[in-house]
Amino acid sequence: MNVRVLLALIFLPIGAWAQGFAGLGTMAGKGFTEPQPGKMFRFPEDHGAHPDYRIEWWYLTANLTDAEGTPYGLQWTLFRTAMAPEESDGWASPQLWMGHAAVTTETKHFVTERLARGGTGQAGVIAAPFSAWIDDWALEGDWQTMQMTASAPDFAYDMTLTAQGPLVFHGDNGFSVKSNSGQASYYYSQPFFAIEGELHLPSGTVAVTGNAWLDREWSSQLLSGDQTGWDWFSLSFDSGDKLMGSRLQQTDGADFTAATWITPDGQTTAFPDGAFNATPLSANDADVPVVWRVTLPQREVDVTVAAINEDAWMTTSVPYWEGPVTVSGTHTGIGYLEMTGYD
Amino acid sequence: MTRAVLTALMSHWWRNPLQLFTLLAGLALATALWSGVQAVNAEARASYDAAAATLGEGQYDRFVRRDGLPMDEQVFVEMRRAGWLVSPVVQGRLDGIRIVGVEPLTAPVGLGPVSLGQDNDLAGFLGGDTPFFANADTAAGLSGVDVVISENVAPNTAIADIGAAQRLLDKTGVIDALIILPGQPIGQRAQAEVAPDLVRQVAQGGSDIGRLTDSFHLNLTAFGLLSFAVGIFIVHGAIGLAFEQRRPVVRTLRALGVPLSRLVWLMAVELLLFALLAGIIGVALGYLVAALLLPDVAATLRGLYGADVAGTLQLRPSWWLSGLAIAVGGTAVAASGALAQLSRMPLLAAAQPRALAMAAGRRAKVQGGLALLLLSASLVLMVTADGLVGGFALLGTLLIGAALGLPLILDRLLAVFSTRAKGPVLGWFWADTRQQLPGLSLALMALLLAMAANVGVSTMVSSFRLTFVGFLDQRLASELYIRTEDTAQSDALIAFAEERVDAILPIQSADVTLGGQPAEVFSARDHATYRDNWRFLQSTSDAWDQTFSGQAIVINEQLARRADIALDQVLTLQSRAFTVVGIYGDYGNPIGQAVIAEPVFEALYPEVEAQNFGLRMDPADVENFLSALEAATGIAPTQAVDQAGIKAISLEIFERTFTVTTALNILTLAVAGFAILMSLLTLATMRVPQLAPAWAMGLTRRQLGRIELARAVMLACLTALVALPLGLALAWALLAVVNVAAFGWRLPMYLFPADYLRLAVFALLAAALAAAWPALRLARTPPADLLKVFSNER
Repeated sequence: MNVRVLLALIFLPIGAWAQGFAGLGTMAGKGFTEPQPGKMFRFPEDHGAHPDYRIEWWYLTANLTDAEGTPYGLQWTLFRTAMAPEESDGWASPQLWMGHAAVTTETKHFVTERLARGGTGQAGVIAAPFSAWIDDWALEGDWQTMQMTASAPDFAYDMTLTAQGPLVFHGDNGFSVKSNSGQASYYYSQPFFAIEGELHLPSGTVAVTGNAWLDREWSSQLLSGDQTGWDWFSLSFDSGDKLMGSRLQQTDGADFTAATWITPDGQTTAFPDGAFNATPLSANDADVPVVWRVTLPQREVDVTVAAINEDAWMTTSVPYWEGPVTVSGTHTGIGYLEMTGYD
Repeated sequence: MTRAVLTALMSHWWRNPLQLFTLLAGLALATALWSGVQAVNAEARASYDAAAATLGEGQYDRFVRRDGLPMDEQVFVEMRRAGWLVSPVVQGRLDGIRIVGVEPLTAPVGLGPVSLGQDNDLAGFLGGDTPFFANADTAAGLSGVDVVISENVAPNTAIADIGAAQRLLDKTGVIDALIILPGQPIGQRAQAEVAPDLVRQVAQGGSDIGRLTDSFHLNLTAFGLLSFAVGIFIVHGAIGLAFEQRRPVVRTLRALGVPLSRLVWLMAVELLLFALLAGIIGVALGYLVAALLLPDVAATLRGLYGADVAGTLQLRPSWWLSGLAIAVGGTAVAASGALAQLSRMPLLAAAQPRALAMAAGRRAKVQGGLALLLLSASLVLMVTADGLVGGFALLGTLLIGAALGLPLILDRLLAVFSTRAKGPVLGWFWADTRQQLPGLSLALMALLLAMAANVGVSTMVSSFRLTFVGFLDQRLASELYIRTEDTAQSDALIAFAEERVDAILPIQSADVTLGGQPAEVFSARDHATYRDNWRFLQSTSDAWDQTFSGQAIVINEQLARRADIALDQVLTLQSRAFTVVGIYGDYGNPIGQAVIAEPVFEALYPEVEAQNFGLRMDPADVENFLSALEAATGIAPTQAVDQAGIKAISLEIFERTFTVTTALNILTLAVAGFAILMSLLTLATMRVPQLAPAWAMGLTRRQLGRIELARAVMLACLTALVALPLGLALAWALLAVVNVAAFGWRLPMYLFPADYLRLAVFALLAAALAAAWPALRLARTPPADLLKVFSNER
């Protein structure tokens, strides 16, 4: 057994399937704080880390195109996992950090991962001036204009983000319920980033522009014990409206859905379980569904969501599928799809 | 029919249990020594691999500080933030146990405590509840920390998360090295810009310790192979004899209608069964041999190379299998000739009890040619060989060539003797000895190999010992050595000793890279001790004066050889140039070493503080000085070692180093003695037809017995005469080729005639002892048996 597997153990304790994807269904316990409804978000503080919660992430996905209109997908993610609800200096810190970066083209999918522990300065997030980093990767700025970099042996990128709209809060003003047994998280997004920059790929450097979606979420127990993973959609329609929909899979075959409708000016409507539907239409060679029928009848949405590159598997400590998609049907557009619990 | 044939074939062995015993014992002994040595090697290699896996030694490049000192752990973060995928390591020793701290999140895959077990998780490793991982032996020696037993951790090593290791080693905030992961990201900043103090150490492939100890293991393997060869000689003899004696049985069986192919097949099956049986016994014996040798091997490797090897043996399936395979393979080699001969035997061929011997005689020419070829090859290798493989090839061609040539040499010698013999008995004695030679030659070859190995190895060890003792006398010139615990103690010691001793010689060193080789550089204070005691192999006339002037450096022989550095060449340390003015012999460690003047050293390595001191004083004053020192400064006498003490320790390490060699030497000689005994015993029964006429012509049985004994001793004597020059050639090869390749030093060769004489006496005694029983049996052969020769076919 190597250290990576060990690491996976913490993100994915033994018997993980009984406890949800990546251990996110593990009982919080050990003095971790639980999200409560009615939270008043405070910024910039809440952009920073919340060490008393077990899990947290800064999750950015972007749909890009180059000068010829060729589509690309991009991911920059920093995960935080705490072994204890506290932070301390040096090696003794119980805070662990995991960075994932990816670039998806129509035929290739580049992935890389970084691991670190808190306390040493190798990785961390500071609220003001905002900086999230692991090794040489960073996401920095004032949430209006931001710089973002990541590197790997076979690819790297260097991006500038500019906010074109407000932050949006999912669920009940940022309190996002994940199951019938009450598991929840704090969840807000900045789905209105314009993004431009350069992708450094083995085939050469490409100048790209597009839209990025930054998710902020933290909790101490995200899934209930009988949930095994989720399918998450962030769709940007050509109309300017946006839809965030998630479907949490349960061991009994049923699922729990949640969705947020976002208007072009940032007004949100949250939909309870059952309003949003996602049904797999066809799967790739690895049996991961890469074409979906997604409906939200209350907004007359009935679309087909298809992966731009079916093989967008994230070969990281905790593996999952994450890649850009196209949308067709009642609405057209682009977006990102994340699927966990399929390995 | 098969069963009946098998019973008939097997009956031979029941009637000749001694032959069966010889066959099984020879094969078992050969397998035992071979597999025992293999087990020892495998155990040691497993230990090196585990150690290498712990730190990725030899596998990954690493950054260390240019001056060899620990670096601030912040350097790790700075390098990571500059895009370098590096992982920190801290290490040290505590009570002799190697403590290693790793950072599991950034370490390369597979590094660190492998197979922690299902119930351990990263939280436990990082957290501090169960921070140290070690095998059971090591765990017993670790106190004051929680230990998790994991047998996959290298012997004598405890691994922990970096933070825990830093605390235990009292190295908080510092790390020793940065492991550089393969696959660095694009766009990283230049290392010289981020951390200019660091230098990159390139991984050399294979563990460093593994390479250092290669020679030792090759040495063991050579001994194992030698013993195996001797054992196979025995087996070959036994099988050849048995097949020869079974010719009548084979003839009868074939006359009864058993197809030849089935006979050959059944005899092969029979041998396979014997080989498997002997193989199992041999592997079990080998385990015993290995278990007995391993503690000494472990001690040797620790003393000589600082390598940690487990002192207990683990059973490895591969080793069982290879033991059995070599037993079966050896039998196949030994029996192939006999089986081939059998398959070509005409249906009604008369039994020819002496055919084996005759065939051997016919083969002598081929054998002689081969011997000549091998010996010529060894001559060429003597001039050209460098490196371990070349050295061992030289040893191999020399030994095998001489062994193959032995029957020819003996035959020629005996021919000379027989032409000069006076009187019929003496004439018959020489002629009969010549006749017998082919039957005995395998045993004599075994004896030759054993004796030559003994002469060669003992010459090497004794030469080494003489040189080493002389070296200790030179190098351990100070009467007293004191180790202080901290700077305060050092200051107190200097203040106290200044007025009371003739000289204080601080000993400080730093790990450096010199001429591309890892080395240690030492400081020397300008004092007559160095001028008076150190002997150079090569030097300029005023080597020490130049060194103390600060412009020059003296280096040890192994560094000079490995980095190919000659006198007057210029070496740089911390970008300061030094001229090499002396090369000294250094038999205390396998790595490179250099000495520069103290003021220069202090300027180059200001961080190094002397904590070891040599004190020059009247030896008679040592005791009083120590008690006064403790009263004045609190430096305990346990922190001091006097000259005699260090010499004793060094010599003890030296002696243990060669315990294994000596043990293997004795075993090889024992096997050779056994070979002689068995050859004579089996020959004895065959020889009755030749002795009967001599008896009939008036020699008494007692006389015949005495003649047999004298013959064995005489042959052993001749063999010893050949063994001596062969052994000396072997010693030369070991000293001038193998040692240079293995350790980097060439030792002067000394001769030890008394030792050789003693060995010769032992060998003759062994031969006499081995011949005594067959001779006694001969003396007691019932006259009726001798008479039967004239009436029966055999």
